[in-house]
Amino acid sequence: MSKKGKVKITHPERCKGCEICVMYCPTDVLVVKKGQITITDIDNCVGCYNCELSCPDFVLEVVENNER
Amino acid sequence: MGYKIDEYLRQDKLPHIWCPGCGHGTIMGNLIRGIDKANLDPDKTVVVSGIGCSGRASGYMNFDTLHTTHGRAIAFATGIKLANPKLNVIVITGDGDGAAIGGNHLIHGARRNIDLTVVLMNNHIYGMTSGQFSPMTPTGDNATTTPYGNIDQNFDLAGLTKASGASFIARGTAYNTRQLIEIFAEGLLHTGFSFIEAISQCPVNYGRRNGLSSAVDMLKCQRDSSVNIRKWDSLSEEEKKGKFPTGVLYKEDKREYTEMYQEIIDSVQEEAK
Amino acid sequence: MRDRIKLLQGDEAVVEGAIAAGAKFFAGYPITPASEIAEGLAERLPIYGGKFIQMEDELASMACVIGASLSGLKSITATSGPGFSLKQENLGLGMMIEIPCVVVNVQRVGPSTGLPTSPSQGDVMQAKWGTHGDHPVIALAPSSVKETFELTITAFNFAERFRTPVILLLDEIVGHMREKVVLPNEEDIEIWNRKKPEVGPEDFNPYQETDGLVPPMPNYGEGYRYHTTGLFHDKTGFPRGTNEDAKNLMDRLMAKIESNMDIISLYEEDIRDDDEIIVLAYGSTMRSAINAISQARKAGIKAGWIKLKTIWPFPADYIKEVGKRAKAIIIPELNRGQIIKEVRENIFGNAEVHGINKYDGTLIKPEEILNMIQEVK
Repeated sequence: MSKKGKVKITHPERCKGCEICVMYCPTDVLVVKKGQITITDIDNCVGCYNCELSCPDFVLEVVENNER
Repeated sequence: MGYKIDEYLRQDKLPHIWCPGCGHGTIMGNLIRGIDKANLDPDKTVVVSGIGCSGRASGYMNFDTLHTTHGRAIAFATGIKLANPKLNVIVITGDGDGAAIGGNHLIHGARRNIDLTVVLMNNHIYGMTSGQFSPMTPTGDNATTTPYGNIDQNFDLAGLTKASGASFIARGTAYNTRQLIEIFAEGLLHTGFSFIEAISQCPVNYGRRNGLSSAVDMLKCQRDSSVNIRKWDSLSEEEKKGKFPTGVLYKEDKREYTEMYQEIIDSVQEEAK
Repeated sequence: MRDRIKLLQGDEAVVEGAIAAGAKFFAGYPITPASEIAEGLAERLPIYGGKFIQMEDELASMACVIGASLSGLKSITATSGPGFSLKQENLGLGMMIEIPCVVVNVQRVGPSTGLPTSPSQGDVMQAKWGTHGDHPVIALAPSSVKETFELTITAFNFAERFRTPVILLLDEIVGHMREKVVLPNEEDIEIWNRKKPEVGPEDFNPYQETDGLVPPMPNYGEGYRYHTTGLFHDKTGFPRGTNEDAKNLMDRLMAKIESNMDIISLYEEDIRDDDEIIVLAYGSTMRSAINAISQARKAGIKAGWIKLKTIWPFPADYIKEVGKRAKAIIIPELNRGQIIKEVRENIFGNAEVHGINKYDGTLIKPEEILNMIQEVK
């Protein structure tokens, strides 16, 4: 599993602000502001897929960096 | 690691209706990842759901999908599967839909060991109708119809389906997504009645009334009370208190219903020649 | 030819008719007086590559039959009153999502356990109003073993042609009596099959009717990957929860039946120009009615009969016409009066409407009908 991938918020309009992804992220890349998920520092993202696998609303996914 | 999921979701139907923090979206997503991992032919895959929060899952999944009546999804799925055994037939039900009104069909589907993959999203409450207790609401808990605390006991769904004849039984949680994907893939590929209990969280109608107001708290609770089956048997009775085993709990290769019926057809037609 | 002549029980005629119609799936549950249908199909279906399953109860059987039809098989279930009551909710789903299948009800005396081995026509209104909400319904009623064979095939043809469950109302007499029947040759039997989509999955909407009111129906597993639900839905099959969708769908579901009365509404009549007393009946009581009319005519009485083979939809226009020229209409029924309500609703002239009602499990004899004819003349 290449570590190069980074989280990308592909469907922000679907976010319901439940903060599940925030809990799962091992490097605090994600934070909910005014009910909407946002990325703090993308460089901290280690591409572990925790957020993609746990998000109940298909808001974000890990994208290989060449597709960024 | 990334699974192809977009083509299996009906994108135009999202965002879905489940409440913020509900575990059903996570479970449905990882069921789709399990379908992808099991490499099922999407044109030959049918998803049958009942009524309740879990019942809405079929509408979001890009397969032949059927949203049936409350509690009866397994009976509909039995007809779909027996009529065309080449189909991968998945049933999505809930703890109310599957273990209350649908309990009789659950145990008979298991008894037949017909090749269905039954995913029971257990959020311990009737969520769609806003919070009545279900057969899986913990004893003592609050719900709109147990204002004085729930006096009912719960089913052990794994034990119930095992005693009924299911040949693949597993339990996962919305918390442990990777384990869920493995369980779904294995269950989907198993020939016979695969029963998969997926513990889900309902912060709005269950958690709020039972001291767990956020999805995060409920997921942590799932994390702390689940023990992998490989470790489970080494725990003492005391250590097991308040906890449950997860993973593939039981698996057996056993004659499958539609295969046995096809043998009847083959032999009868042979004789008729 | 010899093998086409059979001594058949009514229930067995359902089995023969189902096989002849191309049925390949039965799901059911034991119940007197319909079990012979399950037993016959359990034995015969595998010979034709078909499938039989005995489910855990009648409502599971109804669900199972709908599932099998969605997979593409012509499907049938059979029961009696108690099971027919259990099937109602799933029957309603079958009507809502337009699934071809046949539901046989071999009526026995109800309500409740009633008289399990005695005939009745007490479920006629249930066949129309048993499940909740307005909805279309087709219900046919044979009055002989031969007609049972024919109407079983007609039931499948209507189900496939109009994409709807079709109810076949027998009673214990028709179901259990035996008669000589000459089965037609296979090639002489008209068989309908559901319309298949002519477009590919990308252009396909499961509930968009193409020509006429009946949408084409693919099988599960053919790549259409479509959705269907018991919720009111639009042409895409998805629920939007709009009032407009609910009205449009209900109007189309009803129009499917009401605009095809000429095909669906089956009846026979023997009414001479000057006949003024009409006996209207259906099912096994028809046999006594025909006998009574022949006796009446021998006695010089101007009387004729009408045999309803389609109970629902009720032939209101036809009965209105009959009502204009009849002096009296006599309706023998093995219940406390059900179809008579429909007749009364459509009589505006001076025709008297009389019921002969038995609900104790015994039959209405020709003499009893003849006495009523003599009374009203």
